[in-house]
Amino acid sequence: MAKYDFAIAVGGAPGQGIETAGKSISQICARYGLNVFTYTAYQSLIRGGHSFLTIRISSEPIANHGDKIDLIIALDANSVEKHLPHVAPGGALIYNSEHVKEVPERDDIQLCPISYKELTNDPDRKAKMLNVCMSSVALQMVGIDLEELEDIIVLALLKRTGQAVVDANIAAARASYDYAAEHFTPFDVQFEKQEPALAFGSGNTLMAMGGAAAGVKFYAAYPMSPSTGILHWMAPNARDLGIIVRQCEDEISVVNMVIGAAHAGARAMCATSGGGFALMSEAIGSAGMMEIPIVVVNVQRGGPSTGLPTKTEQGDLWQVLGASQGDFPKIVVSPTSIMDGFNTIPELFNLVDKFQCPGMVLTDLSLAEGHTTFVPDSINWQPEIDRGELIAEQGQPDGEYLRYQITDSGISPRAIPGTPGHTHVVATDDHDEDGGLISDEFTNPHKRRDIMEKRQRKMEGIVELLPPPTLEGTEDAEVTLIGWGSTHSVISEAAQMLTEAGTVTNHIHFKWLYPMDEDAVNEVLSKSAHAIIVECNYTGQFARFLRGETGFKADGHIRKYDGEPFMPHHIVDGARELLAEKTDLYVPYQEIVV
Amino acid sequence: MAKRERTTRRERSVKGAPTARDFKGDVNPDWCPGCGDFSVLSALQNAYAKLGKGTHDHLTVSGIGCSSNLPGYVKTYGMHTLHGRALAVATGAKFANHELNVVVTGGDGDGYGIGGNHFIHTMRKNIDLLYIVMNNETYGLTVGQASPTTVVGEQTKSTPFGNLESPLNPVAMAIVAGATYVARAFSSERVQLAELMYKGMQHKGFAFIDVISPCVTWKKEKMQIFDYWKERVHLLEDHDTSDRAAALAQAVKTGHETQLGLFYHDTSRQSLDQMEPVLENGPIAHQPLGITHEQGDAILQKMM
Repeated sequence: MAKYDFAIAVGGAPGQGIETAGKSISQICARYGLNVFTYTAYQSLIRGGHSFLTIRISSEPIANHGDKIDLIIALDANSVEKHLPHVAPGGALIYNSEHVKEVPERDDIQLCPISYKELTNDPDRKAKMLNVCMSSVALQMVGIDLEELEDIIVLALLKRTGQAVVDANIAAARASYDYAAEHFTPFDVQFEKQEPALAFGSGNTLMAMGGAAAGVKFYAAYPMSPSTGILHWMAPNARDLGIIVRQCEDEISVVNMVIGAAHAGARAMCATSGGGFALMSEAIGSAGMMEIPIVVVNVQRGGPSTGLPTKTEQGDLWQVLGASQGDFPKIVVSPTSIMDGFNTIPELFNLVDKFQCPGMVLTDLSLAEGHTTFVPDSINWQPEIDRGELIAEQGQPDGEYLRYQITDSGISPRAIPGTPGHTHVVATDDHDEDGGLISDEFTNPHKRRDIMEKRQRKMEGIVELLPPPTLEGTEDAEVTLIGWGSTHSVISEAAQMLTEAGTVTNHIHFKWLYPMDEDAVNEVLSKSAHAIIVECNYTGQFARFLRGETGFKADGHIRKYDGEPFMPHHIVDGARELLAEKTDLYVPYQEIVV
Repeated sequence: MAKRERTTRRERSVKGAPTARDFKGDVNPDWCPGCGDFSVLSALQNAYAKLGKGTHDHLTVSGIGCSSNLPGYVKTYGMHTLHGRALAVATGAKFANHELNVVVTGGDGDGYGIGGNHFIHTMRKNIDLLYIVMNNETYGLTVGQASPTTVVGEQTKSTPFGNLESPLNPVAMAIVAGATYVARAFSSERVQLAELMYKGMQHKGFAFIDVISPCVTWKKEKMQIFDYWKERVHLLEDHDTSDRAAALAQAVKTGHETQLGLFYHDTSRQSLDQMEPVLENGPIAHQPLGITHEQGDAILQKMM
């Protein structure tokens, strides 16, 4: 089959079944073996308002929602009005002719009106099956078999609603499919089934799965968008997988429970967003002080304060870097794709277990709530597990165990409560090698210096194990795009588009953010051409961090802070404008607004 | 404060009945001479010994404050956590290894003030912990401000014109919030205190003891504060500890007398760890890590 890059979008009001339609189409494509990435632009409302879900389908592996929309399913009149301009030339718009009498003139696209009344037998007239009708029309136009939709309807509805509803939905799907075949022109792109069939999941789900694979046995959370998806995966899977899942009274309790569970020997994790993370800050420092390995995920949303609960941003970098008072060893990592999120969790657990310190995952809504297809066999359910220097059985004789023994590596063997012969106290006050407090009775500047240096020596070991970023693309480029975390795919695609258009562009992307190996990073940065840092915040948090760590100053910046994630052309346009040296800062204009 | 020696006591082997001495920590308390907390510590060491487990089978968790220094003074596993967070940390530890006897100690500022939210919810969830609050009605370690249990009218560093706020009633609050073992004790009544602690450790569920543990430094009565309390306290008598309404009625009684003893004991409710099927195979801290390929395949099947 030829190369293709096609996108279907579903617009409507929450409650109209946008998610169901989107999920059904995506799942069908996944079963067809097609690469899919979806992103939903939505508002912080349960009913009413407007949502717009983009399903990008490509012959190539993709990890962002792309630039264009070929086919829009408009579940309401508002969607027609708002999104008609977003249909690419040659595309189509499906709408309900009973609700939308007039559509503004556009002769470069196909208008596909359907009549819900004529296609369904729906006596209560609540148009609950409109999403099924329109999905069916869309699938017909791209050549997907109707049976696939029928299977999904049965799967989604049979248990929940019973046979009568299933039958009505299938009848509606069939009528719509036939209607489309008769009245609308199919797309040139006609999808064919290919092997293997793919699985489909969100970034939150993949991070939760990564936790399960890493051996997380304790997960605590307080609901907070957009991190709640992890809780919603952990909770139903807990009993099958032997994981204790607890919902707590606040994020302070969440992280402190995780610390308690981790100290008592379980791999323990929690997730939140920026506001919850702020509440966790003091305890993250206590994990550093008590040398307890924990993993905290911050799924960023628009800030500051309550901010934009349903929108994305990379605005918490400084919060995470600076979380808690004082100096203590910590690791900050920002997964570069949904699939990388799965692998990052076990990688980080091994590091925090080895170095007995908190590890923080910094991701954002665009990845966490984005969905992707993947080859099921690519999931490594049994990643390497390294618990570091752990004493879980009787080891040394009684009375000689030093919990915070001063060592060259800074790592002191960790005894788990319940282990005979190793009783000790871990303290949030600074302490001696044996855990005795030095903040009051045993205050001693020399001991303080020794124990501080012991803890911080662990950072030297950590930095050695963190791979520095690599230069992607050719070395003799005209432009270098630099990014971190969730934007890998969109920057990579922009670099490719620029290169294809004649501006040779390469890409440096950061996953492991802290600690940063100054020399190794400078080595990579020294290969950069006209350097542009691309990030999703107002003040250039990463640009300032990178400059602080390495002295590197970029030539230009592309920053977005309107709540919506980058699309590749935003970066392409920005790079061109910056190269023309009109400015050193470009802020893209967001075309699709919900 | 006098300079203190540190000694390293050998941890008792698992075999043989432990004594209170075995639970003496490596560090001697740095509390002010005469502080009520000494008696609480001694009662706790006795209760630990009476329970008969090894020193390593206990986890003593505290927050921050004078009384929260206690884990360093007992020979068990210990955690000296953040101010107000001991109950949350202890809950996590209990879920990771429910075979540990987890005891939480702290003061009124730590537990009823900054940790108030955790106090309520840990009781509501009936987590299997013993929580001992050394209530001295003051913030001792920050040199004597009003606490959530300071009485109306009392002059402190933060209430120089007399405290305007009403004190919290911890016992009544515990009964209402869902604690299943609720008692009040007085540090000077050591035998009763040790017995209440021992029974609290044996209780499956959230056991709470509010211990009147007077501060001899920041209260204007100084050492005479014990006389003040001795005159007020009375043993709770002719009371049905299984009757929640009666327990609450006793707890909210106002007036000169302060009653000591077990107010409420509910053995009908399961503790949260008992209700958790995941723990049926033993502590999660002892389970093999990760998941099997079969479990993984089942997860992926649902995603296709």
